[in-house]
Amino acid sequence: MASGEPLTTTGYIKHHLQNLTFGQFPDGTWGLAHGAAEAKAMGFWAIHVDTMFWSVFLGALFLWGFRKAAVRATSGTPSGFLNFVEWIVEFVDENVRGSFSHKNDLIAPLALTLFVWVLLMNLMDLVPVDWIPEIAKLMGIEYMKVVPTTDPNATFGMALGVFVLTLYYSIKVKGVGGFAAELTMQPFEAKNPILKVLFIPANFFLEFVSLVSKPVSLSLRLFGNLFAGEMIFILIALLFSGGAVLAVAGGVLQWAWAVFHILIVLLQAFIFMTLTIVYLEMAHSHH
Amino acid sequence: MEIALLYVAGAVLLGLAGVGVGVGVGVLGARFLEGIARQPELLPMLRTQFFIVMGLVDAIPIIGVAIALYIMFAVVGG
Repeated sequence: MASGEPLTTTGYIKHHLQNLTFGQFPDGTWGLAHGAAEAKAMGFWAIHVDTMFWSVFLGALFLWGFRKAAVRATSGTPSGFLNFVEWIVEFVDENVRGSFSHKNDLIAPLALTLFVWVLLMNLMDLVPVDWIPEIAKLMGIEYMKVVPTTDPNATFGMALGVFVLTLYYSIKVKGVGGFAAELTMQPFEAKNPILKVLFIPANFFLEFVSLVSKPVSLSLRLFGNLFAGEMIFILIALLFSGGAVLAVAGGVLQWAWAVFHILIVLLQAFIFMTLTIVYLEMAHSHH
Repeated sequence: MEIALLYVAGAVLLGLAGVGVGVGVGVLGARFLEGIARQPELLPMLRTQFFIVMGLVDAIPIIGVAIALYIMFAVVGG
């Protein structure tokens, strides 16, 4: 907990939902924020150190583990970890082949990276909510939010990456004119040139909304699911402060929710990957 | 008065999310079962698709649930 404050339910929840923020204070110095108000005063130029650390750490873990498996790969029967990695790669490959019909060598590695990375970040949610923050507290770090995907900055960052790729391939495959035509010449079509021009604003409005809603829904879906899961874990953790009976109930509930949450964790990583493939497929196909 | 309104807001959020996801997943599950009953050999493929669409249907209500819990326990609670 924040030093000196009395331990309340609200304080506990808010403490768990506060990122470790590094940024510029209003007086011009740089440093870590002590509390939500200070983090808010930093404005736009602030960075969530814990989100960055855990996401980069888990990304590095993914690269290291998969590289290790790739180096050891043989033509014989794989075992253990190697088998697991092969299974994931095959699973992603199958999905990409199923929903992506064009030639692009980037899509399958991108899908694999997104799937495993999001999965690893989501899995941090299954670590009991107090363990890592308490260890961090012993090391003198005031705030520690361990699940990067419960920070909208991380999910929006990934979704923006996908969005930029969508725009890039739309323009590369269809040309600037083709992409502009896709944005303005449908869903209302006409043969008459005057009518065509008249339809442009309505078409553009509809297509623009659907274009922009893709990254927003992609990131908010992942964030919302994991945030809700984290929130419920925090509320369950509150039970441990309410005596022996409630603590046992809390333990059972935490286990039950963790088991149920595995489904959400896997499903959301899978959906993030699938939708990325689908969006890129849409960017590649002509109308 | 304002605190009561916040509780009502959280309750409405939770309730409407429940109604929405109940109808959505209910229709989805019914169609899923119909599909298996008609063509049991498609079960593996249907199950995958079922879970994908359930994740999509689930997303908005679960965001509502998260915000409702946040309002009721972190904004209001003491």
